Amino acid sequence: MDAFNGFDVNKIRADFPILQRDVRPGVRLVYLDSTATSQKPLEVIQAMDQFYRQSNANIHRGIHTLAEESTALFEAARDRIAKFINAPSSRQIIFTRNTTEAINLVAYAWGRANLKEGDLVILTEMEHHSNLVPWQMLAAERNLRLEFISVTPDGYLDLDSYRKLLDLNPRLVGFAHMSNVLGTINPAREIIELAHRAGAVALVDGAQSVPHFRVDVQEFKPDFMAFSAHKMVGPTGIGVLYGRKDLLETMPPFLGGGDMIKRVHLRSFAPNEIPHKFEAGTPAIAEAIGFKAAVDYLTRVGLDNISQHEHHVVEYAMDRLEEIPGIKVFGPPAADRGGVVSFTLQGVHPHDISQILDSDGIAIRAGHHCAMPLHEKFGLPATARASFYLYNTTAEVDQLANSIYKVKQIFGS
Amino acid sequence: MDDLYRELIIDRYKNPIYRGVLDPHDISFEDDNPLCGDHIRIDLRVDENGIVKEAAFEGHGCAISQASADLLLESIIGKPVEEIKAMTKTDLLDLLGLELGPVRLKCALLSLKVLKAGLYGLGEADDDLVE
Repeated sequence: MDAFNGFDVNKIRADFPILQRDVRPGVRLVYLDSTATSQKPLEVIQAMDQFYRQSNANIHRGIHTLAEESTALFEAARDRIAKFINAPSSRQIIFTRNTTEAINLVAYAWGRANLKEGDLVILTEMEHHSNLVPWQMLAAERNLRLEFISVTPDGYLDLDSYRKLLDLNPRLVGFAHMSNVLGTINPAREIIELAHRAGAVALVDGAQSVPHFRVDVQEFKPDFMAFSAHKMVGPTGIGVLYGRKDLLETMPPFLGGGDMIKRVHLRSFAPNEIPHKFEAGTPAIAEAIGFKAAVDYLTRVGLDNISQHEHHVVEYAMDRLEEIPGIKVFGPPAADRGGVVSFTLQGVHPHDISQILDSDGIAIRAGHHCAMPLHEKFGLPATARASFYLYNTTAEVDQLANSIYKVKQIFGS
Repeated sequence: MDDLYRELIIDRYKNPIYRGVLDPHDISFEDDNPLCGDHIRIDLRVDENGIVKEAAFEGHGCAISQASADLLLESIIGKPVEEIKAMTKTDLLDLLGLELGPVRLKCALLSLKVLKAGLYGLGEADDDLVE
């Protein structure tokens, strides 16, 4: 069942040049690491190539044809991305380098202006380091209190522990929409609603959700949401912070420099309007244009089709992996997760699994996946992680399973 | 790859000879590879002439990192500290008989970094030690 509703995974695969390459002679790439970064379809690569061939100029200042063209293309990308997440206004889309920078922007600009000694920030035990370390840094600077929604043994957020924390008058609740290790899709709407009722601002790390299923910010009402282009078939080097307009407007700027100002005197400046207030210096222009092409591509394929396909592949993957003796899969059942499966194999370190899989052309991730606290919680130094996107097939899952049997043979496990 | 997991490496990973703790010891040092969480601790007993008499390691990590530690310790017993201090990346790779890419190289070199940081009495192991 790799085709339905006009969705045909083989047609999709043909759009991605890299999927046609051999990792070594006669060994075709099996790319199961899209949670780290996704591959790019030809039209994204071409959009960026075309920009450099035709329209390259700096944006917002020049009064020449190329500057007009590049500015129009850059701002069209912002409009397109706003529409993609159903943001009320494209002024609420701030371009950053990536999800990490977007979260840092919230911590530094909103956090420094709004949090004082003793204030409580609630995060979760399943956060990526990008949604832990900025808050740890700010907590050290401001003497904030950090508390964490605990993770249950089967990989869910413990909402009872969350409700207890809410009684402590939190100022911000930050959480991953989907875990990059366990694959758990968290109940964002409920978490945000409870945060708002407690008077807190809600920050969503959408790095793993926005690429994989339909995310409508007017439906689940995050105050801030961060995501990256490169995990959603777009280029590296560009990400987005979506923010509530009144919050963005009252926040001080993040980085200082060109484009973020209205006026500059020798000893003072007046900041520009949003979103430009938060975009100092020449941004990633070609990447914004590539980002738009990526969103166009995903929209044409259909986010519902993508999530349905991924669900089918991950369900099959969990069945195939769980039947292998010595494998332990972490996280919730397929019904409650996205296209991510983290596992261990008795007696074999994940690095060795990954290395042997590589000899069969299979790319997975091994390590702590930038979530050391979660691995500590489960008592694991590392896990192996296979992740799936719109271009992966059940045949690739079979290759993964066969290759894991080879690992077992080499290690006699 | 098939070379990487030849019998010697798998055997020393599964059945290490020098795994353990020396208490008391003359030198002890431990460190992690932050990329993958590999961990190695090495204990040494050194005699009055500066010769390594006994060595043991503890830790966890991939087959390359753990087998590398075991083979490294085997190679230094009976050697003067001053000679061990001069060991480099090339010496260790010769010992393992492996050619490694940049990521796996860090796994293999962790034990040598820990060993040298211990011998030099440094606060932390760094990459320059094995260049």
